[in-house]
Amino acid sequence: MIGPARRHAPYWAFVTQRVSGVALALFLPAHLWVLGLALEGEAALDGFLRWTDQPMVKLAEVGLVVLLAVHMLGGLRILSVEFLPWRDWQRTLIALSGAGALGAGALFLLNVF
Amino acid sequence: MTGDKRDLWMWSAHRISAMVMAPLVLVHLATMIAAVQGGLTAAEILERTRGSVVWAVVYLLFVVAASVHGAVGLRTVAREATRWRGVGLDLAALGIATLFIYLGGRAVLGVVL
Repeated sequence: MIGPARRHAPYWAFVTQRVSGVALALFLPAHLWVLGLALEGEAALDGFLRWTDQPMVKLAEVGLVVLLAVHMLGGLRILSVEFLPWRDWQRTLIALSGAGALGAGALFLLNVF
Repeated sequence: MTGDKRDLWMWSAHRISAMVMAPLVLVHLATMIAAVQGGLTAAEILERTRGSVVWAVVYLLFVVAASVHGAVGLRTVAREATRWRGVGLDLAALGIATLFIYLGGRAVLGVVL
């Protein structure tokens, strides 16, 4: 018997893909609206960027970087499973996606503070 | 077009937009990590993007791909999590894609002009 889905890494990869995707889809309109402030002039955009100088905002941005990286890497895994002949190394992509996402987040964290 | 055919087009658009976005996301992540060094200002962002045809094309492509990808992705999540189906849901997805493209187009104009 296979057992409950939650015992399998691909199940958590699926959940991560959905959750990160929805989170990014909710963030995107806000991000695009902020950049649109540049239409009102540099000062308008700068005013908002001053708000992002706060440590809690920077930490949230690290989270966003992790979400984007994990969603992209997870997506590349899905593309390889769907379009390439199955190979055993594709199973390792789940762990690599997680590691890569945390790496991207760490790189951003080191540079944003 | 039947619902099944629409589903196939949606799936194709989702995967193609993902493939288009993979290198763009890498560029975006690298640019962000470099840009936040030493603090982020509007002047710094705009100095890079103002008058640049290259950044305009890159970001416009990013906006269209992300809008399609996000809209179809949210449609998938809605179908998995709720009982919403059919033309109504597909029109809602189209509406979301249109909204994202509008906001994204404004954002690109804002930073490029």
